[in-house]
Amino acid sequence: MTTNRGWVRTTVGVVIMLVLLFPLYWMINASLQPSGALLKPSPDLFPVHGTFDGYRKALSTQQGHLVSSVIVALGTVVVSLAIAMPAAYALAQLKMRGGPVILFALLIVQMIPGIVMANSLYTVFGNLGLIDNYFGLILADSTATIPFAILLLRAFMISIPRELSEAARVDGAGYWRTFRSIIVPVSRNAMVTAGLFSFLFAWADFLFAITLTTGQTFAPVTVGIYRFLGNQSADWNGIMATATLASIPAAILLVIAQRFVVAGLTSGAVKD
Amino acid sequence: MTLTETRPVGRGEVRVRPRRTGAQRYAALAFLLPALAYVVVFFGYPLVSNLVMSAQNYTVRSFYTGEAPFVGFDNYAAVFRNPVFGTALLNTLLFTVGSIVFQFGIGLALAVFFNGRFLGSATLRSLLLLPWLLPLVVSGAVWRWMFDQDHGIINAALRALNLADGPTPWLTSTSWALPAVILTNIWIGVPFNLVILHGGLRAIPDVLYEAAALDGTNSWQRFRYVTWPLLRPVTGIVLMLGLVYTIKVFDVIMVVTGGGPANATQTLTTLSYGLSFHDFAFGQGAAVGNILIVLATVFGLLYLRSARATLSETAS
Repeated sequence: MTTNRGWVRTTVGVVIMLVLLFPLYWMINASLQPSGALLKPSPDLFPVHGTFDGYRKALSTQQGHLVSSVIVALGTVVVSLAIAMPAAYALAQLKMRGGPVILFALLIVQMIPGIVMANSLYTVFGNLGLIDNYFGLILADSTATIPFAILLLRAFMISIPRELSEAARVDGAGYWRTFRSIIVPVSRNAMVTAGLFSFLFAWADFLFAITLTTGQTFAPVTVGIYRFLGNQSADWNGIMATATLASIPAAILLVIAQRFVVAGLTSGAVKD
Repeated sequence: MTLTETRPVGRGEVRVRPRRTGAQRYAALAFLLPALAYVVVFFGYPLVSNLVMSAQNYTVRSFYTGEAPFVGFDNYAAVFRNPVFGTALLNTLLFTVGSIVFQFGIGLALAVFFNGRFLGSATLRSLLLLPWLLPLVVSGAVWRWMFDQDHGIINAALRALNLADGPTPWLTSTSWALPAVILTNIWIGVPFNLVILHGGLRAIPDVLYEAAALDGTNSWQRFRYVTWPLLRPVTGIVLMLGLVYTIKVFDVIMVVTGGGPANATQTLTTLSYGLSFHDFAFGQGAAVGNILIVLATVFGLLYLRSARATLSETAS
């Protein structure tokens, strides 16, 4: 009886998944159909007359945007980890005053609406020449990833036994050396997790991209899709192909990050 | 500082903490310095400049001349006089409440469903995360395509099922556009609610359900008297995060409707964007942004109060 009910549940679960993920199927379906087929009164449920035209269009018009997105996302990962790792180490492993205040501040700043940040960063960046600048966009995207990364890395590092770094200190290692040779290697999985989420955020960012770039030099793929949509005769085949390409990092993350999230929580150099 | 060198830990046991050395404190400061500098420059400064800007007549000219005359509360007055502001405020509330009620309701139902042990439960749950991980611009574009009046799947399905006489102008009618963007946002938010609530459900000990089952309760009673009260701290967090997140949604609305038609889906966020980056009235854009912060803070404080009440309730 229990197995019977189990199968019913699995079936219901699969149906729920199919319903909730249908929009993604519909995106891929449209990305593979010629533009003309998409404008028929009753749409084809399967890409029977499949074509890669959409992807050819996507790559020819959005290639630059995709490359820009990769640069911005990788840059955000580097900046976020470079700033968040030492801060998380200090907050988790070193005794200091004001730790709770800093943690509270990091929680609060994550709630500031992005539009407020964009509004004021635009004026600052205008004066500093950081509009239409890769580094400027990376710094802006990091406003969303750094507080998150510090909190995530700190939560992990707090579980690293103090004995580990104290032993290093006894052996004569300085704080920097302890950080570099003990904390960083032990925190590798948490770093991967923080890095992946930073990548994903920067890759998906639209607000900073649309406000802090004018499109004259470069624009990330999110802005590319937005402009693509803005054309009067929307080319859904090309748009959905671009959208599918822009979804790839999220799909990859879903497959590999789960492993890293779990690994980040369970790994450690010292086992009790 | 009131922190003492020794403090009680756990059941009355006292652990002596190693003396806090000056060297360690300086080291901590050094490691924190880049993050502190970043927070001051990229959060502190923008917040202050946003406040200052909202009291200035800050226009495109200000970028070149560096001059922005002080105008006091003129920007706020202009915003309040702007008829779109009322619409945007109402839309923000409808969008936020509509999104959260359904995201939470559906997320909770799915969390309870997937909390049962059955083949493929974990795999299906992780697949359902996908909509949440996608760039919002992608989700928005897909829904805009599905809502398309003439070629969208939603109208085609309604027609095939004989549920509608003619095509519904989802994104071009002032009455349907807001429900359409809310629906899109619900779809995006369900996975997040599902995952956090599922985590909360997992933390409820099985023995409680076993005890409740021995008492002859039905599954609704078990949900009502075991799951719901024990889940309250988690539901508080989910609703709070959902609120803070939903009140500032930008991408979805910009991509699906752009705030239109005729401001039907304009929210405070898109209004702030439009004022600053289309009308180049940066002072007014900053004013709307500050109003948004105040709203988010009020809701945040309300949440903190209720969370504290919940905590003391469960503690007693």
